[in-house]
Amino acid sequence: MATSNKAPTPPLARRMWDKGFPVVVLLFAFLVIWYGAAWGMNNGAAIERVLEPTGNPWTWQDVVATTWNMERPVLPAPHQIAQDFWSGLVDWPLDSPRNLLFHVAVTGETTLVGFVLGTLLGLVLAVLIVHSRTLDRALLPWIVASQTVPVLAIAPIVLVILGSLGMEGLAPKAVIAMYLSFFPVTVAMVQGLRSPQVMETEMMHTYAASRWQALWMLRLPAALPFLFPALRVGIAASLVGAMVAELPTGATAGLGARLLTGSYYGNTLAIWSALVMSALLGLALTTMVAATEHLALRHRRHP
Amino acid sequence: MKAALPASLRTTAAAVVATLVAASLLFLHPAAQGEVPPTAVFWLMLLVLAGAALWTIRRVAAINGTRFDGILTAALFGLWVLYFWQMLVVVFEVPRVLLPAPALIVQSLIDNPGKLWGDFTQTVLKAVCIGWLVGSGLGFAVAVAIDRMPFLQRGLLPLASLTSTVPLVAVAPIAVMWFGFEWPSKAAVVVLMTFFPMLVSTLAGLKSSGKLERELMYSYAASYTRTLWSLRLPSAMPFIFGALKVNATLALIGAIVAEFFGSPTLGLGFRISTEAARMNMSLVWGAIVVAAVTGSLAYALLVQLERRVAFWHPSIRGQ
Repeated sequence: MATSNKAPTPPLARRMWDKGFPVVVLLFAFLVIWYGAAWGMNNGAAIERVLEPTGNPWTWQDVVATTWNMERPVLPAPHQIAQDFWSGLVDWPLDSPRNLLFHVAVTGETTLVGFVLGTLLGLVLAVLIVHSRTLDRALLPWIVASQTVPVLAIAPIVLVILGSLGMEGLAPKAVIAMYLSFFPVTVAMVQGLRSPQVMETEMMHTYAASRWQALWMLRLPAALPFLFPALRVGIAASLVGAMVAELPTGATAGLGARLLTGSYYGNTLAIWSALVMSALLGLALTTMVAATEHLALRHRRHP
Repeated sequence: MKAALPASLRTTAAAVVATLVAASLLFLHPAAQGEVPPTAVFWLMLLVLAGAALWTIRRVAAINGTRFDGILTAALFGLWVLYFWQMLVVVFEVPRVLLPAPALIVQSLIDNPGKLWGDFTQTVLKAVCIGWLVGSGLGFAVAVAIDRMPFLQRGLLPLASLTSTVPLVAVAPIAVMWFGFEWPSKAAVVVLMTFFPMLVSTLAGLKSSGKLERELMYSYAASYTRTLWSLRLPSAMPFIFGALKVNATLALIGAIVAEFFGSPTLGLGFRISTEAARMNMSLVWGAIVVAAVTGSLAYALLVQLERRVAFWHPSIRGQ
């Protein structure tokens, strides 16, 4: 074992405690601040709209209780979001647009389809770029430069173009998710495919390995550690792309559309639930990529 | 005087110039202006030109050793893409709704300077600049502040890293609800999006100074502030600039997307979404050109600034 000559690693429970405790404390502090902020931000509306019309005298306890249970709060209290979130999960049938899982399915499908297509496109482009000096010189600078440009702004154009070509539903959204995720994959894979050292490439040469064999046996495995961080960036970009693609179409399904309808009707709780759900979706997708990375690289030595 | 160019270079240069001249001549052909339907001869010439263009790009890409050869190929390639975009869109009479010709996009830039300048001030000068400065500044300040509190760092760092996987731009509707339709709501989204990358990068940068240097400072009996100011902050500069560059793009994306959720009647995001809905695509492309140029310029400026500030760092000297 590599660690045998170092200090012995503390038991797992101890390490979990060391890592988890500060996070838990911070989250708790955050929650307390949130409740305080919910009270502060809803205070005016609570007194004006709920307590004053009743005509009865009220105490500060009433004010606090009201601010934390408003119907349309400026800032909902965490338990309200949790309640709305839970009701969005279980209170409606799965195919109802009021069910959050329905929207997650729509956005998740777009994200995944776009991500897979974008990754494939990025891989193919990277392999071509590594093997063609012309493409390397002509195309790669543009791909790198496009990282500094808000390419997401093209989303409405892509929707219009593909819409007038008769493509509807999943396809245009997936195209947007795709083009957002292929940039990081291409850039990282070009770097990764070039990462083998001179000695290793010369060794492949002495074996009379063909280009394909060198690619398959040397370059691709060497590029894997570069690929996965790019995939994590790519899937996050793909999710943002999928959600933004749901905005201008007047789409009724998907987390982005849910956010937009929530803001049209001033339904604060629906916005926050959709926000929490999209955060969870983002975390789940990234965890998936990280798990794949762990599986794929489990035989590598960790320096 | 420069030494005489090698013969192969001279042929390549001549070929590039010749194809460009031929391209400009073909551009003046009535068919390329959309006045007459294209003839077989025109098609043949366009095909030959495409072949010649590909060949010159290959030739230029094969040049080695001059200072600009990398950029040269990319620039030539971009020029040809623009050229054939223009030609094919006109010749095939592609509807403007689908894909306007580059000339039309330039035309829309010239025709609407006031509109686009208003959008630029609204989105870039107000929302993006202020949000980017405040967000990056806050991230930096918090990172320096919790530098001496390992407990807070261990609590905050995992959470801050997680935010990169979360579509933070989705807070836009809430920001609009809190701060109204005007630019403060966009700036708020930008602050949130730029805060965490800066925090994580600065914390990593402050840890990046070498053991040897830190021990040297210790042997000088340098105080914490002195070490921070003279050693750790300078060695964190490449990380900080990395975050600033990432944040510049993130800020533009954040402000533009936040405008999709609701904005006053100006702003680049507003322009893009409303003109796309009205099928006025050349103005949409014009707004995108403005956004793209802004993004690349900001990046280039930051690179220059980094060279001035961290000129001594190995990562800069190595270039």
